[in-house]
Amino acid sequence: MGYDLKMRIWRGDADGGDLGDFTVAVEEGEVVLDAIHRIQATQAGDLAVRWNCKAGKCGSCSAEVNGRPRLMCMTRLSDFEESETITVTPVRTFPVIRDLVTDVSYNYEKAKQVPAFAPTPRDPDGKRRMMQEDVERGQEFRKCIECFLCQDVCHVIRDHEDNKPAFAGPRFFLRYAELDMHPLDTNDRRKLAQEAAGIGMCNITKCCTEVCPENIHITDNAIIPMKERVADRKYDPVVWLGSKIFRRGDPAARTEV
Amino acid sequence: MDSTGSRHPMTGNRMDPAEEVGPHGFETHEYDVVVIGAGGAGLRAAIAAHDAGARVAIVCKSLLGKAHTVMAEGGIAAAMGNVYADDNWQVHFRDTMRGGKMLNNWRMAQLHAQEAPERVLELEEWGALFDRTKDGLISQRDFGGHRYARLAHVGDRTGLEMIRTLQQRAVALGIDVFMECTVTKVFRDGGRVSGAFGYWRETGRFVVFSTPSVVLATGGIGKSYQVTSNSWEYTGDGHALAMRTGASLINMEFVQFHPTGMVWPPSVKGILVTESVRGDGGILRNSEGERFMFNYIPEYFKSETADTIEEAEGWYEDKKKNRRPPELLPRDEVARAINSEIKAGRGSPHGGVFLDIASRRSAEFIRRRLPSMYHQFKELADVDITAEPMEVGPTCHYVMGGVEVDADTEQSLVEGLYAAGEVAGGMHGSNRLGGNSLSDLLVFGRRAGHNAAYNAQKLSGNRPEVPEDEVKAAAEAALAPFANLEGEGGENPYTIQKDLQEVMQRLVGIIRKEDELRESLVEIERLKERAKHLRVEGHRQYNPGWHLALDLANMLVVSECIAKAALERQESRGGHTRDDFPGPDPEWGAKNLVLTLDGESVQLKHQPLPTMPDELKPLFEEA
Repeated sequence: MGYDLKMRIWRGDADGGDLGDFTVAVEEGEVVLDAIHRIQATQAGDLAVRWNCKAGKCGSCSAEVNGRPRLMCMTRLSDFEESETITVTPVRTFPVIRDLVTDVSYNYEKAKQVPAFAPTPRDPDGKRRMMQEDVERGQEFRKCIECFLCQDVCHVIRDHEDNKPAFAGPRFFLRYAELDMHPLDTNDRRKLAQEAAGIGMCNITKCCTEVCPENIHITDNAIIPMKERVADRKYDPVVWLGSKIFRRGDPAARTEV
Repeated sequence: MDSTGSRHPMTGNRMDPAEEVGPHGFETHEYDVVVIGAGGAGLRAAIAAHDAGARVAIVCKSLLGKAHTVMAEGGIAAAMGNVYADDNWQVHFRDTMRGGKMLNNWRMAQLHAQEAPERVLELEEWGALFDRTKDGLISQRDFGGHRYARLAHVGDRTGLEMIRTLQQRAVALGIDVFMECTVTKVFRDGGRVSGAFGYWRETGRFVVFSTPSVVLATGGIGKSYQVTSNSWEYTGDGHALAMRTGASLINMEFVQFHPTGMVWPPSVKGILVTESVRGDGGILRNSEGERFMFNYIPEYFKSETADTIEEAEGWYEDKKKNRRPPELLPRDEVARAINSEIKAGRGSPHGGVFLDIASRRSAEFIRRRLPSMYHQFKELADVDITAEPMEVGPTCHYVMGGVEVDADTEQSLVEGLYAAGEVAGGMHGSNRLGGNSLSDLLVFGRRAGHNAAYNAQKLSGNRPEVPEDEVKAAAEAALAPFANLEGEGGENPYTIQKDLQEVMQRLVGIIRKEDELRESLVEIERLKERAKHLRVEGHRQYNPGWHLALDLANMLVVSECIAKAALERQESRGGHTRDDFPGPDPEWGAKNLVLTLDGESVQLKHQPLPTMPDELKPLFEEA
């Protein structure tokens, strides 16, 4: 069942680079990362690539496969014709370090800017109680494996370096939404989401949702509700008052940070 | 972090081309505690050390949040009693000791069982969103070897939840993280730890840490096997660093083969299929459709295992009246049973057995409880686990052996050198129960971090010195694989790694024999010889070939330890099965094998097991 696969892989560093041609023997059931590893083991020992789990759980091996942002470990060769050349390039939104490895520190910087979870005190028996239906929204967002493909594909920062300082990106809108929907959190980050994280710059084209390997409904379940919550805070005293009265201590019991 | 040069705000890497010269000839940082590894144990240790007032650095080979903990699926074992009020630390302690065939360090098992519940609640305090019971408490699920439903979980992605929670906590506390930075040497000044040496993977530049406390939290050794659930990082770094620093390893003969790894397609062979599938009702069948685990109930677990299908089925609903299904025996038992079925010719088409939950639970239930498994099989194997059985087989998953530590402080034989998590030994005895790993990381990560901070604090001004000559030697050793660059020939590190994996899989696998173990030691010796002539291409910037060349030295010494200890222990117990010594032997049951390094040579000695105090013994006397 094996065949010789033709690949073009971008090789280079911050100073520039080129697509290199490789031919590699591949087997049935393999994924793009298998082919890359075989090239590394037999033809180019110094081919730089990030990976860890090889099972779609750690989000390390993000790259652009034939121009589409993908996890290389979850991109099966059987999705392509055997005669097709597969081109792998580094994710475009972040600066190249070497070959397929990019500098994703932008994301770690943005992570530092989200104020931490600040829970209400424990119940008298030392435990905390939350209902399953109340944690499920946050659980969806916490499926995020931080592959940063949503960040890579986001129009606001892809090819717009100048927007990066004022925009946290879909991955972190998930985080803001998760905390805002957490039944026990006491921080109100809506002002920050609007001002420091720039959620208003998102024009909900849903590109992030399309590429999410965890199938998180980033736009519909996180960004749009978060935009609404931010808008509530800003413009609508009636909604704001209603939320104060009817939403289980949320966000009325919260303190703006 | 110091402010010289232009740096990555997060990775701390120098971005300008000039070589930085610190006090030791290289970039140098001073800390109270340096934690090596950023999985569950490393992050928890760093948080504890920070909370104790220490200046802490985390140094890790991958990006933050990508460590192997992220792959843990089933849950965190902790006797919180949320589902079964009868559960308590004594029952958890007993299960753990029996699962480890009584070879565990009793004190570690006790501390673990006592402290795990609070460690789980702490994660919730830091933002973890566990699945809930009907009353809104943290839900707990069934797992092999645990008497009660005990695993706090989030679907089947508990490890991701844990690492993200700890990562977010560490970031919130402002702990320095040196990402994609590999430590190759721990320094001593006289008898105590004084620092560490490493390289930035991104630039290939060297970095020196001056610190009186080092916490090893580097995980396991699985990458020395062909079929493994472990990631590239699992090259036994901490095990090897500890030995070279003068510390000892124990229990290295005990390697856990998880009974259920994927077997097809070949590219995913070894990837983990969580035990939760069985905890949630999945059963094992052979090619004849037989539920074969009933044929493999060992004497030792007879009193607590159902011997009829009726009783096993009744257990899911009523755990008081019925005993546990044999599919939920400890992992060593299930892995051996699967191995026997396959060898007897009753395997599945791709050389595994069938794991069936499709015919036993609704599609909705399966997708809700096991979303990652559903996704993994659908995407990688074209198998819909709600409609058809999975094919599974044993995969190298975990090493019970590790650095010998003091149970209360996690300090090794070397002052200032600590170990926690998979890299530490003793806690799990000869076999680890599922779910006891994540709790281990939290309980002992915290203890190690705390004690490492205290160790630094009590020194006050008397910090040990980083020895200049050893810094130079460490740099030379790290560059050695480039030395052959001009010459002809030379060994490819990827080829040696592949050959080592083949040797370990074939000769030091699930079932072992004296002649094969002897052969493995000869083979490892040959590989060590070949590894002296490694040759890597390219330059120092993000060069995986070079990185592997350096990791290989660790894999080789750790593999030698496993093979040597496996040859020595003439009995079968937990994760060590000898074809030529099929049963357990009480004399061996009272001993640990201790491994140390004398120069380049691995030394082995016998050591009596720590004795359990009388007041704990009654827990093991009931029927």
